[in-house]
Amino acid sequence: MTIRFFTLIAAFAALVTVPYWMPGIYYVNVSSQILFYAIFALGLNVLVGYAGLVSLGHAGLFGVTAYATGYMLQLGFGHPAAILIALVISLIAMAIFAALSLRSTGIGFIMITLALGEILWGLAYRWISLTGGDNGLSLKTRPEPFGYSLSDVNTFYYATLVVFLLSLAAMAVFVRSPLGAALMGTRDQPRRMNALGYHVWAIRFYACLFSGLLTAVSAILFVYYTQFISPQTLALTSSAEVLLMVISGGPGTLLGPIVGATLVVAVKTVVSGFIERWNFLLGAIFVAIVILMPEGLVPGTVRLWRLAWRKRAPGTTPVPGGAEAKP
Amino acid sequence: MNALTVTGLCKSFGGLHVTTDVNLNVEPGERRLIIGPNGAGKTTLFNLITGELTPDSGSIQLFGRDITRVASRRRAHLGMARTYQIITLFARDTILHNVTLALLGLSPARWNPLIDLRRQGHFVEHAQAALERVGLGHIANRPLAQTSYGERRRVEIAMALTQNPKVLLLDEPFAGLSIDERRDVQQLLLDIPRDVTIVMIEHNMDVALEFAERITLLHFGEVIVEGNRAEVVADSRTREVYLGH
Repeated sequence: MTIRFFTLIAAFAALVTVPYWMPGIYYVNVSSQILFYAIFALGLNVLVGYAGLVSLGHAGLFGVTAYATGYMLQLGFGHPAAILIALVISLIAMAIFAALSLRSTGIGFIMITLALGEILWGLAYRWISLTGGDNGLSLKTRPEPFGYSLSDVNTFYYATLVVFLLSLAAMAVFVRSPLGAALMGTRDQPRRMNALGYHVWAIRFYACLFSGLLTAVSAILFVYYTQFISPQTLALTSSAEVLLMVISGGPGTLLGPIVGATLVVAVKTVVSGFIERWNFLLGAIFVAIVILMPEGLVPGTVRLWRLAWRKRAPGTTPVPGGAEAKP
Repeated sequence: MNALTVTGLCKSFGGLHVTTDVNLNVEPGERRLIIGPNGAGKTTLFNLITGELTPDSGSIQLFGRDITRVASRRRAHLGMARTYQIITLFARDTILHNVTLALLGLSPARWNPLIDLRRQGHFVEHAQAALERVGLGHIANRPLAQTSYGERRRVEIAMALTQNPKVLLLDEPFAGLSIDERRDVQQLLLDIPRDVTIVMIEHNMDVALEFAERITLLHFGEVIVEGNRAEVVADSRTREVYLGH
């Protein structure tokens, strides 16, 4: 418990001091990217990890928010209004998305979300009057909340950090709550949950909205970071990438998606500067994770840590058959 | 007024008639046993009564209220609880959490995304009390994955009891239990107060016969014999299709 506490304090201190110890502006920017992709992964994890519903269309929702923000700014709205309208549009989009895809679970759910994501991608590509088609939309400025201009790299990082910590706190509260427990129940035994008096569909629907909200928040940070949005962002590969963040880090855990986002973004941005075939490297890492820690990096590390601890600790004999053996 | 009334209930899967014109009248506080050979439609009848399946025709009444079209989750709120023949529990969680989920299912708090469930003292206390009642209080915090089959059967019953049902449907509560475990569960069922009406499917005749007041024999989806213990056991049709001697 204390080890965990100190690790969290150390991690928090490291995050707060990023602009002071990172070797340059470039790396501070990478840190911002890691944080908003981590929010995206947290959002997808609500469905993949806690609801047992794998979505391959979240990049489409991510894109809806990004385009909505960009388009509202083009229409002449201020930043707060644009963000607010984008959030509302995103939640409506997510509600429609959920109403269509929650007719099914398992493979059916994956296929419907995949199809919906592709439809949104197609719209971004073809609805040129609204989205600018292949040229995308550009954002001219970043907001200046309370007089701090987010055009400054460090300020943008801190704004992202604040939103990230709030998102993480929201997740932590949610998974401990009765609704969170109910959601995990519908993941493990939907039939039993129904018989116990739970409205399984409605619980999943609310989970979709929460997931959509986190996705929208990360998309707003993304679109202000790049100040540009194009159909590429909505492509299936983007959905798959976030899904890989969740799966590699550990679905159904709080920290897993964050570790996964760090891994993917770091390899994509930093390592790709040194290794031309970074895709190959990322693939190799995923294969290694699937073979060595199929439950994800965070639960896998915890398992190995406990195993090592048990072997070292005096007085306790290792249980034959490994950690999973029953006492 | 009957606790549970089933009238003219029919259900087919394609050409297979699994429930054919079934009528049941279970009085409040009654202990009813449903027997029948494999494939007689006993579990299907339970699934129809709890609403997991929709009947093709017929009606179901709970204390005079027609619930034929009521969603199955609502029936839990109206006082109906069930256990499963194939154990259906939350294997990743502790025994206590399993029972807490049963309690939470009937509480408005189940929609709350903001409070910490483990800090809700009354849920924990009630769940703990339900586990004491079935003799599992001492291992309440054990992960379900580390419990025996007999303990899981009792968790199933604890989850049903903790919802304070008016009508309790037990689907083979003795299946797969050792003689000792059977005795424990039998005592547990005998201790359930009379304001709970119990309908039970069971194959194990020595424990079930002792428990039941009235018995319904199903065969190919139809009620063949119904009556009190002695009548049903003495009936020649029971011997023919079920007891086999």
